[in-house]
Amino acid sequence: MPTARTGSTSGPTSSSAERHHTDGEPGRAGPTVNRSSPWLPIALVAAPTVGLALFYVWPFANLIVEAVDVESVRTTLGRSRTRSIIWFTTWQAVVSTLVTIVVGLAPAWVIARYDFVGRRLLLSLLTAVFVLPTVVMGAAFLALLPDSLDRTVWAVIGAHVVFNLAVVVRTVGAVWEHLPTDMEAAASTLGASPFVVFREITLPLLRPAVTAAAAIVFLFTFTSFGVIRILGAPGTRTIEVEVWRRSTQLGQVDQAAVLALLQLGVLAAVAVWSSIASRRHARSLALRPLARPRRARSRQERLTILVVVGVTSTIAVAPLLALVVNSLSSPSGWTTSGWTDLGSAEIRPGIGLGIDPIAALAASLRTAAWATLFATALGGLASLGIATAGRFGRVLDAGLMLPIGTSAVTIGFGMLITFDRAPYDWRSTWWLVPVGHALVAIPFVVRTTLSVLRSVDGALSEAAATLGASPTRAWREIVVPHLWRPLAVGAALAAAISLGEFGATSFLSRSGGETLPIAIEKLLGRTGSLLQTKGYALSVVLAAVTIGLVMVVDQTGDIVGARRGPASGPPRVGRAAGPSSGAAAPGSVDEVGR
Amino acid sequence: MSGAEVTVTGVCVGFDGHRVLRDVSMRAGAGEVVGLLGASGSGKSTLLRVVAGLLTPDSGRVDIGGTDVTRLPTHRRGVGMVFQDNQLFPHRTTLENVEFGLKIAGVDRSERRARAEAWLERIGLGGFGPRLVTELSGGEATRVALARTLVVEPTVVLLDEPLTGLDRELHDQLVRELAGLLRDTSSTAILVTHDVDEASALADRTLLLSDLQS
Repeated sequence: MPTARTGSTSGPTSSSAERHHTDGEPGRAGPTVNRSSPWLPIALVAAPTVGLALFYVWPFANLIVEAVDVESVRTTLGRSRTRSIIWFTTWQAVVSTLVTIVVGLAPAWVIARYDFVGRRLLLSLLTAVFVLPTVVMGAAFLALLPDSLDRTVWAVIGAHVVFNLAVVVRTVGAVWEHLPTDMEAAASTLGASPFVVFREITLPLLRPAVTAAAAIVFLFTFTSFGVIRILGAPGTRTIEVEVWRRSTQLGQVDQAAVLALLQLGVLAAVAVWSSIASRRHARSLALRPLARPRRARSRQERLTILVVVGVTSTIAVAPLLALVVNSLSSPSGWTTSGWTDLGSAEIRPGIGLGIDPIAALAASLRTAAWATLFATALGGLASLGIATAGRFGRVLDAGLMLPIGTSAVTIGFGMLITFDRAPYDWRSTWWLVPVGHALVAIPFVVRTTLSVLRSVDGALSEAAATLGASPTRAWREIVVPHLWRPLAVGAALAAAISLGEFGATSFLSRSGGETLPIAIEKLLGRTGSLLQTKGYALSVVLAAVTIGLVMVVDQTGDIVGARRGPASGPPRVGRAAGPSSGAAAPGSVDEVGR
Repeated sequence: MSGAEVTVTGVCVGFDGHRVLRDVSMRAGAGEVVGLLGASGSGKSTLLRVVAGLLTPDSGRVDIGGTDVTRLPTHRRGVGMVFQDNQLFPHRTTLENVEFGLKIAGVDRSERRARAEAWLERIGLGGFGPRLVTELSGGEATRVALARTLVVEPTVVLLDEPLTGLDRELHDQLVRELAGLLRDTSSTAILVTHDVDEASALADRTLLLSDLQS
């Protein structure tokens, strides 16, 4: 689904930042006479709570009911097909994760240690790639690779690696830039060669961050859906794709439900493991001052930086470039017909395309507008409620995080089987898809808004109270003016998420109401160069809009929560391809708005 | 291992167009303890880093024991260094920190354990071996950093304001301890400090960085 992923790039640091917020929140400390009406928190949390219960908890409960059936479990797990899919899902995720870590360490090091022209640009580029909708990334690799590799596991792994480089560069880089260079220097004065220093000092100290990054990448790739729908073949199906296939294509709803829950179990296990592992190995490196990146001094250093930056940016840019090139070419040479005829829903006069690209664009914009509205309104209310409602606020906060810890496919699947009978037959309503998107986007709105809210609440309001403002007046004068910017950031993220959402939409989309990602998948899934060209053209449009939105956030995000060093850059965002690590849950997502 | 003569000849270092060291020359005889004084930001630490090989000078040369080491990487120079904030390895215990250099040198397990423990005894931290270095006090951490450097008996010891940041009483006590350690070792030592008393208590000879530049 969506398109938003979260990632904790800051790993260990984020949760402490979060805790810090809470500590510094005088509003909650002890009894106070300066309280607004007790009904205010209830009024604020009501709508988000009802929305969460109705569109997440209930469908999810239905899914469990559907799956809890001995016969279904036995049939599903008894099929050798199921076992081979679980095996494939796991090994491709493990390989994707390992390769991403290995490839990502060099740029993480160069960006954390050196100051060079284009440093921020490289970071932005990797972020831009990271936030691409999954179908666009699939399309980009389809465009990039020769036909012989197109529908192989290697294409899938390649796309996963490029996609997730930013996770490694940011998560590991955030710790690396706090690792004192003198600590490595101390080891070399004790006789350790550069390789031994890396093995004995650097790597062990980075391990918590590497573990955190690995967990996030594993969760993303384990639940890969959009990339595989575009690039996969019958032999390369993940559990996620199989849930979709068995429920919507084969009508085996019970088996799909068993698989969805099985996957959720794996996700929860990885999330728990990663949070335990990173806690056990937590070292207080983050508390050390930033080891400022420096300019290269020797020619060898300059050469190393040049090679690493060159290779990394080539890896990141090549798929995007291939997308543009393929939208402008056909077997017979260069053509702009993919663009100029984009509005035509016919292949030849009288032969329909089966899909109307312009209508898909319109549907996407309409859906994104509503999803953004829902997410911003409910997310804003929820943030205000969470900040004022005490313990229930924290419960709601955690509850609202759940949808991004669950895969988008699972959310769409749950909604599909829940809202299919009167009086809840809402599948044909215009608002169900935007609601699904909003569910995934709300946590991002809450994270951005809440962090700002908590930093302005409290002391400032108290100061206003001593100046004669009533609690409500103080709130209106002090807190509300600070809300617009984080809400705008949250709205932009929600729009980006909605535009690229593919997983949940695959279940909820109706024929005639296809959004861009659905249209792209349909166009690229068929043969015929005109169809392909149009599919690539639509991918370029979707990529450009998503990257544009995120770059806007990137600029603003720095202002919203400029609490990190120069190398930390923009917020993490993204294709909520799946669960962002459930482990990383609240603490990490708060990075979103930075 | 006995000390080696250190010679620095005409070293220049600049950062981003800003000259930090201009044509600096100095010499420390074999086994001699030289104090290097200068105002903060005058480039004392930079000079030490050039000798350690952590920084390649823009021009000039460094000789240790009569060999030009200007292009030799740090880990092959046989130079030990104590850093301003100790830089103990937080993922290793106190004993493992002291053992580190011996392990790199390929000393076998039982011998390096015995030598490291003997050093911990010597600096008054016997029994501290299994402790995490993050739990050590400032003075204890400084002692461990000294032991970690001296246990491998480097030919040259570079001390970059090792006693900065300790309170007065502890500082004076550690000056006495360090004086004893330096007397017992035959290593050549260069001590960077901004404290004249500290320099005169520890060094055979004191140099002012500003006098070394031409």
